[in-house]
Amino acid sequence: MNYHWNWNIFWEAAPDGTGNYLDTLISGMLWTLATAALAWLIALILGAVIGTIRTAPNKWAARLANGYVELFRNIPLLVQMFLWYFVMPELVPAEMGNWLKSLPNSPFITAVLSLGFFTSARVAVQVSAGINALPSGQRMAGTALGLTLPQTYRYVLLPMAFRIIIPSLTNEVAAIIKNSSVALTIGLMELTASARSMQEFSFQVFEAFTVATLIYLGVSVVAIMLSSLLERVTVVPGFITSGSASAGGH
Amino acid sequence: MFANFDFDVIQRSWVYLFTTGMTFTLKLTVLAMLGGTMLGTVLAMMRLSSHKAIAVVATTYVNIMRSIPLVMVIFWFYFLVPYIGAWIIGSDTPVQVGAFSSCLITFVMFEAAYYCEIMRSGIQSIPRGQIWAGYAMGMSYWQTMAHIVLPQAFRNMIPVLLTQTIVLFQDVSLVYVLSITDFVGAASKVAQRDGRLVEMYSFVAVVYFIMCFGLSSLVTKLQKRVAIIR
Repeated sequence: MNYHWNWNIFWEAAPDGTGNYLDTLISGMLWTLATAALAWLIALILGAVIGTIRTAPNKWAARLANGYVELFRNIPLLVQMFLWYFVMPELVPAEMGNWLKSLPNSPFITAVLSLGFFTSARVAVQVSAGINALPSGQRMAGTALGLTLPQTYRYVLLPMAFRIIIPSLTNEVAAIIKNSSVALTIGLMELTASARSMQEFSFQVFEAFTVATLIYLGVSVVAIMLSSLLERVTVVPGFITSGSASAGGH
Repeated sequence: MFANFDFDVIQRSWVYLFTTGMTFTLKLTVLAMLGGTMLGTVLAMMRLSSHKAIAVVATTYVNIMRSIPLVMVIFWFYFLVPYIGAWIIGSDTPVQVGAFSSCLITFVMFEAAYYCEIMRSGIQSIPRGQIWAGYAMGMSYWQTMAHIVLPQAFRNMIPVLLTQTIVLFQDVSLVYVLSITDFVGAASKVAQRDGRLVEMYSFVAVVYFIMCFGLSSLVTKLQKRVAIIR
């Protein structure tokens, strides 16, 4: 082993002009968090809608929602990012495509969209699992009380379902933070890309990756603490959903 | 919008895409699945061990692997493996390992953490009474595991293990970050050479969709057949 360790590298000026190498990694972390947060907003809203439709009595609507889930689950995230970044601007009308390509932060916008849609399919699966986990008597009770179908969902099923699936949604939050690293392939300077660029400029590969890894671990520890707090506040006694292991995935 | 869609580039390159790219992807997937399942099973047994130290080591490994993005892990091993190799054989200079071996080590080590969690819930799904029965018959820990617990755990978990393997198959596309010619890498080389990004990436998406959708439908069918009726 003749690797030359140099931990002081973080206080040396980085060639990207933002300050020292530590600033490079911190700016990477902020991009990672911003991408994950915005994408999560899209994923949660779309996932809730699609997941609800999957359990709807209308066969065709449910089939359409299932198709949506299969489409986004069966194509690798990397390929989906390429589709949004390289393919979509060519398929829309020319003026719109040129506008998309000239946007100043187009890797960021593309990453948020593709990560949001990708995760929305996974959230949808969790939401419909949560609704299906409820005893069928709850839906019938809603009908018996004279509630319409949307009212039954709004006041009976969805509030319960969301509280049940909070542990699974926690896993999805952790996954979206990790998956945002795929955006480095379309040029987003998130945390992994920052570590990579630091390695290329300074040749201190293990220092760069060690600190980036510690930041990822720190972020995930904070996320887990916040979500176990949320779980404790919202838990429905008697309804325990299974952990992540039985579902597979990342 | 499909007016200047050039199907010809796909026709010209599909043999290359499948013989070079898809072969790499599938080979890596299958070997990483085998290695990952084996290492994952060992890790699961360690996590459930009554020795505190062994359990802590395995739990820490699994939790760290599960909190880092795969892209990061790919880079880690790509740079680290040559140094580890040098350390093992006592060489002064980093050992050059091929792209395939480096990727294989990465995916086995990474996916083992996920397979471990699956095997752990598989092992825990076996009633404790069966393990006690094994001990009562005079079997050792290894005999109980090999003849009673693991065969049933595997059978219970086959659908989940296969679903995880489909995820692994999709994850292999991330070796693109090392400019390796897997299926996506091969397509992207042709795309950049011929300036046909739209056609190539659409084709890649369609191929992945058909393969993953077909496989996951098979897993759903299999799920009904392998279930142990109690």
